[in-house]
Amino acid sequence: MLELHHVLLVSVAMLGIGTIGMLVRRNAIVMFMSVELVLNAGNLNFIAFSRFLPDPVGQVFSVFVIVIAAAEVAVGLAIVLALYRNRDTVMVDEAARMKW
Amino acid sequence: MELLVFSILAGLVLAGALGVILARNPVYSALGLLLGLSAVAGLFVVLWAEFLAVVQLMVYAGGVLVLFLFVIMLVDLEQRGLDTDAGRIGPQPSAGWRIAAAMLGILFTAFVGALLLQEPARQVPGAAALEEVLRGGGAAGALGNLEHVGQLLYTSYLVPFELASVLLLVAMIGAVVLAHRER
Repeated sequence: MLELHHVLLVSVAMLGIGTIGMLVRRNAIVMFMSVELVLNAGNLNFIAFSRFLPDPVGQVFSVFVIVIAAAEVAVGLAIVLALYRNRDTVMVDEAARMKW
Repeated sequence: MELLVFSILAGLVLAGALGVILARNPVYSALGLLLGLSAVAGLFVVLWAEFLAVVQLMVYAGGVLVLFLFVIMLVDLEQRGLDTDAGRIGPQPSAGWRIAAAMLGILFTAFVGALLLQEPARQVPGAAALEEVLRGGGAAGALGNLEHVGQLLYTSYLVPFELASVLLLVAMIGAVVLAHRER
């Protein structure tokens, strides 16, 4: 029998992996992929609560999360392209001119 | 049966997610992301959200992944993107910091795991009545019904829905402006 906390375990593991990826990787593209993992973990939580509460509003909100994720990827990857064009790199630690 | 399918899909999700952050080559990271996100779509089906599963596949596998791969191809002409020393940012931390960080991580994981593994409350108050209403048609998948979600989206959540479309337009214009090559 599937319970709420099974889904929450998967979701928290995905969130943790995504956070570690954001902190550890230097390639900006892979960092964006980690952000996608985190957003999907949140989405999975919305769907899980919508299934077990049960309340369809959770599904409506995860539609909004998907929209935000798509917009974020479009703008973020455009920034990565601009960075590559100006600096010839996508490694975040090589674009450190504004670092304090 | 439900739990078995869920476990397989959960394993695929975690394998894909680990592949994203462990692969050296960004293309393999993108393939790991594809595996993970497709398995999440499967989880959505298990959790009675069939419409969201289809949207997930179309938006991520069809759109976002292709965008990622395009950018990787554009950027990594000479394999510049290879993370040969993934995880090294700045000076190396001392052993004491490493041990402290590992302890904190284990503690946090244990804390969250203990919270989640506790016997959950069987029923949320009022849930039974609502479930009966939602299953009024008798179909088990009434919750994932496109009709149901669409009705909510176009009535109670109309304003956020329109705002989301404006956001997408702004993001599209912003992406074009940022990626545009100046002559």
